[in-house]
Amino acid sequence: MTRVHDRGGWPGAGPINKAEHDLSWWEKRTDAIATLLMSPEKRVMRVDELRRAIEDMEPARYEQCKYYEKWLHAIETIVVEKGVLTREEIDRKVRELEAHG
Amino acid sequence: MREDHHDKPHAPDHPMTEFEWRVDAVQALLIEKGILTADEIRRAVEEMDARMPAQGARVVARAWVDPAFKARLLADAKATISELGITVGFDATIVAVENTEKVHHAVVCTLCSCYPRGLLGYPPDWYKSLNYRSRVVVEPRSVLREFGLELPPDVEVRVLDSTADMRYLVIPMRPAGTEGMSEEKLADLVTRDSMIGVAQAHTPALR
Amino acid sequence: MSARFKAGDRVRVRVGAPPGHFRTPTYIQGKVGAVERLHGDYRNPESLAYGGDGLPKRPLYLVRFPQSHLWRTYAGAAQDQLLMDIFEHWLEPA
Repeated sequence: MTRVHDRGGWPGAGPINKAEHDLSWWEKRTDAIATLLMSPEKRVMRVDELRRAIEDMEPARYEQCKYYEKWLHAIETIVVEKGVLTREEIDRKVRELEAHG
Repeated sequence: MREDHHDKPHAPDHPMTEFEWRVDAVQALLIEKGILTADEIRRAVEEMDARMPAQGARVVARAWVDPAFKARLLADAKATISELGITVGFDATIVAVENTEKVHHAVVCTLCSCYPRGLLGYPPDWYKSLNYRSRVVVEPRSVLREFGLELPPDVEVRVLDSTADMRYLVIPMRPAGTEGMSEEKLADLVTRDSMIGVAQAHTPALR
Repeated sequence: MSARFKAGDRVRVRVGAPPGHFRTPTYIQGKVGAVERLHGDYRNPESLAYGGDGLPKRPLYLVRFPQSHLWRTYAGAAQDQLLMDIFEHWLEPA
């Protein structure tokens, strides 16, 4: 059984959309945060862990989420797994920022 | 002091999305916990922004004019690239492969999106797309055709699936009619897509 | 770790679906190819993905496969190839 991320030869694939977009400030920071966490100086996360967390996403989410949404999901998963942050404090901070802008 | 979503070049011209709030939240918490600093994040963004296909184009142009450089590049890309004053960055190993009259390479990462970002910067959206990842390994010539590249049947098409630490950089063929051109002008002919392998370098007539 | 294979050796990719993270796509499993080159020894991603140290390092090869052997309806040229980086523990002599 082929997992959702194992895409080589996936049936039904269509034309390639060549449209490109400039990364938003949030996407760039997601990339930067992951890169820093994976750096030799920080070593909070390995690229293999990032990949694993993305691969473990529910298949429909994997296919629908945007690229950096998946990276952020992985960052959150790994930092929680390692006890750097808790799920509760992330959710609390999100609500706090949403409320106060 | 709120240094998260206010710490950016421009105010959002849209309502914030869930994703954006979460980025700000995770960043704020990681800074609060002393894992990262706002400066480090800003610098990391700037470092990635400074990496771009033009860097790869310089490498290719040098390889075209200097056979010994090309030989060193094919043997040890990272060390050879550093001869040009370009620092590739800590992650992964860049491996250069050469296109010839007889062999054409195209690169993909079917399992995720591995790309020589340490040299070329962010990969294009299409490279990371499910359709590219699915199709280029099974019908490369059809995919290349979609990019406007038709290869003769006697050319060997080699698709490289980056499944491990290697990040493949394609050295496109030097176009005809470029004899005597300066390295700088040659570099102008080298596109990002030609270093992924879905295009040839431009011919001088095109520029 | 001394490498078992060298350039030119015919190898078959093992078939498997380990419960965790692994980097051998399904489409190449069970296929026969030839070693193009030995990259050297690298840490095992299957362990790194779960906080392991990935040691001992294992030989990693670039392996070449004729496309016509991978896909029943391959529509390109007979000499077209697919190349992939594969760890030694996923390879056996063919």
